[in-house]
Amino acid sequence: MSALTLAAGADPGFLSPTGVEIAFVLVGIATLGAALVSVTTKQLVHAALWLVVTLGGIAVEYLLLTAEFIAWVQVLIYVGSVVVLLLFGLMLTRAPIGRSPDADSGNRWAALAVALASAAALVWVVVDAFRTTWIDLDGPAQGSTKVSGEILFRHWVLPFEALSVLLLAALVGAIVLSRQSPADAPAGPDAPAGPGASAGSDKEHR
Amino acid sequence: MHLAYPAVLAALLFCTGLYGVLARRNAILVLMSVELMLNAVNLNLVAFDVWLRDTLHAGQALTLFTIAIAAAEIGIGLAIVLMVYRNRGTADIDRLRDTAEGHEPAPTTDAAPTADRATGAAA
Amino acid sequence: MSTTTLAVLVPLLPFLGAVAGLLLGRTAPGFVRPLALLPTLAAAALAVTVAVRQGGGKAVDAATELTPTGSVPVELALHLDGFAVLAAVLVGIVATCVQLYSTAYLREDPRYPSYAALVSLFTSAMLLVVYSGDLMVLLVGWEIMGICSYFLVGHYWETEAARSASLKAFLVTKLGDVPFLIGMFALAADAGSFRITKILGAVAAGGLDHPTLIALLLLAGVAGKSAQFPLHTWLPDAMAGPTPVSALIHAATMVAAGVYFIARLLPVFTASAAALVVMAVMAAVTMVGSALAALAQDDIKRVLAYSTIGQLGYMTGALAVADRGAAVFHLLSHGFFKALLFLGAGAVIHAAGTNSLTAMSRMGGLTRRIPDAFWTMTVALLALAALPPFAGFFSKEAVLVAAEQAAAGHSELAPTAAGWTVLTAGVLTALLTAAYATRLWLMAFRGTGEPAPDHGRQPVAMTGVLWVLAVPTVAFGLASDVIGDWFDGGQFLPTLLTSVLGTGAALLGAVLTYGLWQRASAPAPRVPAGTAATAATPGTAGTPRSGETAQVPAARPVADPGRTLLGPLHPHAAAGFHLDACYAALFVRPVQAAAGLVRFLDREVVDTYVRGAGTGTRLLGTLVRRAQTGNVQTYLSALLAGTVVLAVAVAVLANVNAGS
Repeated sequence: MSALTLAAGADPGFLSPTGVEIAFVLVGIATLGAALVSVTTKQLVHAALWLVVTLGGIAVEYLLLTAEFIAWVQVLIYVGSVVVLLLFGLMLTRAPIGRSPDADSGNRWAALAVALASAAALVWVVVDAFRTTWIDLDGPAQGSTKVSGEILFRHWVLPFEALSVLLLAALVGAIVLSRQSPADAPAGPDAPAGPGASAGSDKEHR
Repeated sequence: MHLAYPAVLAALLFCTGLYGVLARRNAILVLMSVELMLNAVNLNLVAFDVWLRDTLHAGQALTLFTIAIAAAEIGIGLAIVLMVYRNRGTADIDRLRDTAEGHEPAPTTDAAPTADRATGAAA
Repeated sequence: MSTTTLAVLVPLLPFLGAVAGLLLGRTAPGFVRPLALLPTLAAAALAVTVAVRQGGGKAVDAATELTPTGSVPVELALHLDGFAVLAAVLVGIVATCVQLYSTAYLREDPRYPSYAALVSLFTSAMLLVVYSGDLMVLLVGWEIMGICSYFLVGHYWETEAARSASLKAFLVTKLGDVPFLIGMFALAADAGSFRITKILGAVAAGGLDHPTLIALLLLAGVAGKSAQFPLHTWLPDAMAGPTPVSALIHAATMVAAGVYFIARLLPVFTASAAALVVMAVMAAVTMVGSALAALAQDDIKRVLAYSTIGQLGYMTGALAVADRGAAVFHLLSHGFFKALLFLGAGAVIHAAGTNSLTAMSRMGGLTRRIPDAFWTMTVALLALAALPPFAGFFSKEAVLVAAEQAAAGHSELAPTAAGWTVLTAGVLTALLTAAYATRLWLMAFRGTGEPAPDHGRQPVAMTGVLWVLAVPTVAFGLASDVIGDWFDGGQFLPTLLTSVLGTGAALLGAVLTYGLWQRASAPAPRVPAGTAATAATPGTAGTPRSGETAQVPAARPVADPGRTLLGPLHPHAAAGFHLDACYAALFVRPVQAAAGLVRFLDREVVDTYVRGAGTGTRLLGTLVRRAQTGNVQTYLSALLAGTVVLAVAVAVLANVNAGS
C-alpha cells in the first residue's frame, strides 16, 4: 500500500524507463517469442527446447523482480527436471523427429480466436487497472534465500508439509498408472516397457 | 518498475499457453502449454508480491507451492499420457473421442475415463 | 336415553356392524352371523322404541354442526316425524327379516361375510336417509345405498348377467342422481339451507324462485331411485342379485327412498302444479306399463320386480295428488308384503330349482313341499291384488281415495288433471295387478306334472321369517284408522265408491285370469313322464338363475293366462316394451359413435401433435448432437470462449457503472 501511495505521488511515466525496466521488457519479449515458437513449431522436440528458453526467461524475470530464490527453484525444477520429463515423454510416445505437419489439430482457428480474445481482454483490464502502479525495487531484496527460508519455515510450515504429502500421493499415483499389470503386459505390441520407472524416479528426486 | 510490464507479460504468456492447450494435437505438447500457463501465473504472483511488500510473502510462498504442484501434475499427466499411448498406440488428443455421441464402447473399458482425466489435468 | 340419542343409534348400529363384519369376515367367520343379525335387530328394536316415544306427535328436531361449510351450512340433523319413525320401523323389521333369512338362504355362499356386511351398511344408509333432517346427510345415505345396491346386485359376479345388471343399476340411478344433485343445490340456494325444516319454512313463505325447475330436477333423481318410468329399466335386471337382496333393496326399502324423499319435501313439489301433473303422468305410465309387463314375464322374480315398479307408481301417484300420508301408508304396507313375496319367491325357487314360471307350471306338488311359502305367498298375493281385508287393500284404497278427492276438485293442492290421471290408471292397474298376481299363483302353485324334487324341509330361519312378515301383511290394514294420526292427521278409511271400483277391478282381473287358465289347461293332454323333467335342474337352489330362463322344450303348451290376456301385446310386454332397445338406439349407439369419433380424433389428430412434438425434439437433438464430437479441445474452447465473454461483459459493465 505504501508503494501505491508513493507511486501515486511521483509517477515516473512510461517514456523514461529505468535500466531494470529496459532489461525486463527485452527479456520479456524474448520469453514471449520463445513461448510463441514453442506453441507453434511443427517440430515436437524443438517445442520442448523452446520451452526451456521460455522458462529460463521467466527465471531471469524473477531475478529482475528481486525474487532470487524462486528464480533458482525455477531453473532447477522446470529447466532441470520438468523439461527433461517432457522430453522423456516425447521419446516414449515415439514422437517423430523433424517436422510433423499435423502438430496442430483442426481446432487451431478456434483456439486462436479464443486466445486472442482473452489476451485482448486480459491486457486491456490489466493495463487499465495498473497503468500507474509502480513497484519499488529498492531496499533489501524481498526474495532472497534467507527471507524465503524464514517465511517458508516460520509461516508456511503446515502447507509445506501438506505439500509433501501431495507429492508423495502423486508419486504413488504415477507409479500405479505407469506400472504394467501382468494382464495387459502382452496387450500393447508397441508399448515401451518401463516408462513409469523413470517418471517415478524423477518424481522421487524432486 | 511499472507493475504493468510483468502483468502484461504474464497475461500474454497465459494466452499463449491457452492457445497451445487448445490447438496442439500431441498430448505432451498440451502438457507443455499447461506449464506455460502455470508459469504465467507464477510470474504474476511474484510481481504482485514484490509490489505489495507482503510481510508474509504469500505470493512467493504460493509460487513455490505452485511449482511443486506443477511438478506433481506433470508427473501424473505424463504417466496418464503414456498409459493412453500404450493402450491406444497414439497420444493425439483429437483421436481420443470416446465421449462422442454415437460412439460405440471402446474395447478397453478404462480408455474413456483416462482421456477425461488427461484433459482434466490439462484444464 | 333421550329419543334423539336412540335415533342416532338406529343408523349407527348397523353401520358399526357392517364395519366389524367387513373387518372380521375373513379372520373370524364365527362372528359374521351374530354381527350381521344383532345390530340390525337392535336397530329395529330401537326404531320401534323411537316410534313409540315419538308417537306421531310433534316432530323431534335435533342438529349439530360439525364444521363450518360456507354460506350454506351442512348440519348433522335429525327430523323425526310420524313418517320418519314409521318408515324406520319398516326398514328395521324388513332388514332384520332379510338378515335372518339370508343366514339360511346363503349359508353355503363363500362371500356371505361381505354380503351380510353390505346389507348392514345398506340398512344403515337407509335409516340415515329416513331420519336425516339435512339434505346433504340424506344424500350421503342415498349414495351409499346406490353403491351397496351395485355391489349386492353384482353378488354373483361370475355370471355375465349379474355384472351387467349391477353396472346398469348403478349407471341408471346415477343418471338420475346428477339432476337430483343439481336440484338439491338449486333448492338449497333458494332456501339458503340444507335443513329440511328450513326449506319447508322457506317454501311455506313462498321463498322459492324456481319451484318447477327444482321439482323436476329432484323428480329425475327420484325416478332413478324409485324405478319410475323412464328410468325403471334397471330394476327388473337387478333381480340378478340374491333373492333376499331383491326383497330388501328392490322391494321394501331402497326403491322406497325416492317416494319417501318426495313425501318429505312434498310442499316443494306442490308449489308447482306442472311438476305434479308430470309426476302423475309418470306414475300412470309406470303403473300401467309395468303391470302389463309383469303379466308377460316368465321369471318369477321379474314378475315381482315389475309389480314393485307398479306399486311404486301408486305411491308416486298418491304424491302427485299431494297426499303423502297415503303414499307412505302404501309404502309401509307394500314394504311388508313385497318383502314377504320376494322371500317366499326365494323359497319357491329354492324348492323348484328354477326361476321360470313355465317350468314351475310343469311341476306338481310344489305346495306340499313348501307349505309355509305357499300359504304366506298366497296371503301376500292377495294383499298385492288389494283384496280386503289385507293390508294392500287399505293402503291402495287410501291412494285411490286421495286421487278421487283430487279428481273431484276437493284437494286444494293437487290439480284435477293429476287426480283423474292417477285414478284412471290406478283402477286399470288394480285390474292388471290382480290378473298377474293370480297368474303367478296359478302357474307357481297349481302346476301339474312331475312332482317337484325334494330338497327336504326348509330351514326355520326361512319359513319363520315368512310367517313373521305375514302378520303385518294381513293385519297392517286394520291400523289404517290409527295410522292417520301419525301422518298429517288424515283418515285412511276406504270410501264406498273407490272400494267398489278397486275391488271390483281386482276381482274382475282375478276371475278373468282364472277363467282363461282353466280354459287353457283343461284340454292339455297328460304328458309322458320324462319330457317335463327339464325343471329338475338340481344344483344348489340358493343360486337362482337370472334373466330370461332357458327355453323349456315345448313338450306341451303351457297354460299361461297372461299370453291369452295380452294377445298381440305379449311379446312387447315380455321385452319390457322394448325400452332397453330404445335406449340402445337413442343413447348407447350415439355415445359409442361419439366415442369412436373421439378415439379417431385422439389417435389421428391429437396424437399427430404429440408425435410431432417428439419428432421435433428428436430433430433438434440430432442437430445439437453434432456438437458432441468427443474432442475435448473443442469443448474446452467453447467453455473458455464463454468465460471470456462473461469476463468482458463484467469488465464492461463495471466500467460503465463506474463511469456513470
